[in-house]
Amino acid sequence: MTKDLIVPAAEGLCCPPGNFYIDPWRPVALAVITHAHSDHTRWGSRAYLCHEDCAPILRKRLGDVRIETLRYGESREIGKVRLSLNPAGHVLGSAQVRIEHRGEVWVASGDYKLEADGVSAPFEPVRCDAFITESTFGLPIYRWRPQAEVMGDINAWWAENARAGRASVMQAYGLGKAQRLLRHLDPNIGPIVCHGAIEPLNQIHRDLGVALPPTLNVTALDKAGLARCFALAPHSAIESPWIRRFGVHSDAFASGWMQLRGNRRRLGVDQGFALSDHADWPGLLQAIAATGAERIFVTHGSDDALSRYLREKGYDARPMATEYGDEEGEAEPAGEVDTGGA
Amino acid sequence: MKTFATLYRRIDAATSTQHKRQALTDYLRVAIGDPEQYASAAWTVYFLAGGKPRQLIPTKLLRQFVLAATELPEWLVDECYHSVGDLAETLALLLPPPTHVEDVPLDVWMNERLLPLRELDEPARLSALRGWVDAMPSGDRLPFFKLVTGELRIGVSKLQMTQAIAEATQLDAKHVAQRMMGYTQANRTPQAQEFVALVAPAEAAEDGRPLRGQPYPFFLAHPLQAPFPAFPELLGPVDDWLVEWKFDGIRAQFIHRAGEWWLWSRGEELVSDSFPELAALVEFLPDDIVLDGELIVVAPRSDARPAVDDLSDLRPFPELQQRLGRKLLTPKILRERPVALIAYDLLEKDGHDLREEPQRDRRVLLEEVVSRAHSSAIQVGADLPLRLSPTLLQPDWDAFARQREEARARGAEGMMLKAMGAPYGVGRQKSGANLWWKWKLDPMSVDAVLIYAARGHGRRSGVYSDYTFAVWSGPPEQTDRTLLPFAKAYSGLSDEEMRKVDATIRRTTIENFGPVRSVRPTMVFELGFEGIGSSSRHKSGIAVRFPRMLRWRQDKPVEDADTIEALRMLLPGGGA
Repeated sequence: MTKDLIVPAAEGLCCPPGNFYIDPWRPVALAVITHAHSDHTRWGSRAYLCHEDCAPILRKRLGDVRIETLRYGESREIGKVRLSLNPAGHVLGSAQVRIEHRGEVWVASGDYKLEADGVSAPFEPVRCDAFITESTFGLPIYRWRPQAEVMGDINAWWAENARAGRASVMQAYGLGKAQRLLRHLDPNIGPIVCHGAIEPLNQIHRDLGVALPPTLNVTALDKAGLARCFALAPHSAIESPWIRRFGVHSDAFASGWMQLRGNRRRLGVDQGFALSDHADWPGLLQAIAATGAERIFVTHGSDDALSRYLREKGYDARPMATEYGDEEGEAEPAGEVDTGGA
Repeated sequence: MKTFATLYRRIDAATSTQHKRQALTDYLRVAIGDPEQYASAAWTVYFLAGGKPRQLIPTKLLRQFVLAATELPEWLVDECYHSVGDLAETLALLLPPPTHVEDVPLDVWMNERLLPLRELDEPARLSALRGWVDAMPSGDRLPFFKLVTGELRIGVSKLQMTQAIAEATQLDAKHVAQRMMGYTQANRTPQAQEFVALVAPAEAAEDGRPLRGQPYPFFLAHPLQAPFPAFPELLGPVDDWLVEWKFDGIRAQFIHRAGEWWLWSRGEELVSDSFPELAALVEFLPDDIVLDGELIVVAPRSDARPAVDDLSDLRPFPELQQRLGRKLLTPKILRERPVALIAYDLLEKDGHDLREEPQRDRRVLLEEVVSRAHSSAIQVGADLPLRLSPTLLQPDWDAFARQREEARARGAEGMMLKAMGAPYGVGRQKSGANLWWKWKLDPMSVDAVLIYAARGHGRRSGVYSDYTFAVWSGPPEQTDRTLLPFAKAYSGLSDEEMRKVDATIRRTTIENFGPVRSVRPTMVFELGFEGIGSSSRHKSGIAVRFPRMLRWRQDKPVEDADTIEALRMLLPGGGA
């Protein structure tokens, strides 16, 4: 057997024959970036390579760094390997990294979900010999309801609050979840307010052709407008003076972790909507099967449980240690650092 | 089930008691106006007020069911359960979506489906369950399995239910409380007419009096938390107060009416069968009488008969625990762990409700009744398991404070202060001059080492919040000393502290055993507890009561934690 094309190293996932790293957590010469959530996008590398839609977000995060871009399906020779990026459906510009070397193909998924979210290019399975998959929600208790149903609930919650004359304040991650919510909110219900930490990311989406409804600064609304509005904010804004402008309001959080009652209760919000940009259990299994890969490496999340399950199903599967999943994207809520090993 | 599920979800989503109460009241108003709902409302009130039928479906069977329905390996279902922290929720999340949907009212679920399930054999139970769950809307599953596993944990108390009924019916809450007495007993099957009786308009004759074997609502005490120097100002002269020891037993009401007797615990469970020796009281107490008091284990009988207010033979609470929850009371356990009722109040005499009489007068009548029963028993040489809680007399509060220090040596946890002029109230009254106060001793405490941690439930699911604590088997100079586990505790830390402890646990894990982790001993906590006794069930030989964390001793290295000897010193007669 040939040598592994991707191996875990101190700096991150390393491709030795290509001499680059995928989403490294320490500075390297060349960092291939799957998506721009901060746990996958660390500062300090000499050069970055990512999807063209990821680049503006990356630039906003990291400032003036050297970034090269690829379109989906476009390939490039790096060292001794051929590399291409393929849609992962996680957030705008998110990609699975395909690496080919002497007829062998490896794919690193980054984070992904299967359902088309209307914002990012939908996930496409890539045939490969070895697949490195995430497992943020790698337990069978995680089965998402269709986006249309969850968004229906969210719009209904907003409409109910608007009728009762109170604002609907939704906490959500600024990159990805926020734009996905905006894309599917019903602007006929009332005005939409976006916190200043999220708005620049909306603008990047709009510039890249994602149709989002108009969003306002909180100061643009009078009392009557505030009482009917839907407001999007990062978690950090919840205890800031910003929130006081809304007076009595209903609050909610949209995240895959809201699937569990304990997490909803602990957060203390009125509503928890289970809406995730990660694959659920059936999604992970479906994605893995679609690659046709025999070797599966499972990263951040329920890596022990998912790889054990896959082994019992006849795969050559094992956990692969990474440092993802502890900052943004969908890190577990406070109190839970890992999901515990079997 | 849909109506119950909707109510459950509304209460569960409520972030304030007021919203919860509103949800209950709204539900009750609709139910009262719709006779078709009476039968299911009878069950709804039962469950929400804390009623639990004896396990409807054994956990083992539920596990088999979920394994068969999901075709998942057992270890993965376990992994899911540990992650969720709640069996009912795990089941609700794992089971495949319904194939079709039917709505079955709660009473039909209970009376025609779940209760008869106990009579079926295992394969029949599994297939019945499968068929029902296949036709259950996904959103109804969580409340359904919560009922089935007997862990509703939705944060509604019996008192809130009582208040909601009072609000929905415009009845006096005291009358509702009386009507609710015994309603939530285990193994009852509440009927439509009972719901009707709960919410019926008050009759002119109704004075909140119980019928036959029904108890009165217990009057509950408040902890006295004011600093001691404030007592004279807060309470006034000592003469206005009846002061007694606070016993560490089970609060109970003994009812003797029309030749029959009943014993009710504070949890409103009928416990007569667990304490058959109290039948002896019937012979010597007058008819139509109700006593309030404390059940407690006493030393096995010797030849000498203790005086009516003798407290020298009281045994610690763990011995009483050995009497509880037993299916079979052997002659041995009855001989070795006999109980007595220490009476401290008289609620009914000659069929008259005395609760409005002042404490002072009730006390006089109580003394009369108990002493008379005692002397008649002595005359015929009988051994009467009845004592009188002695009144304590001191010239001032300072003297009471000094006397309180003897409580532990007497098997008490502190003192009770009851206003002499006060009536016997209902439940835990919020305010006013007529409260009962419990003036407890500071807890006993030791510095113990955290050695195991398990993930919590409910609000703490997923967080390592339940800990096992140990003390050293010997002094530091003993090189082969080990840590002996002796108590589990999960309360006393702030959320912030718990997050830090949780993170430390994850960092210092030695091994996983399912939901439990063993950790490297690095953390010391001051562990408080209310009582202590010997126990053969624990490796340390010691069992403590109400253990909780008083303080995280981040200043203390594990080597300086206490030893088992320090715990033994606290045992009754341990030399403390």
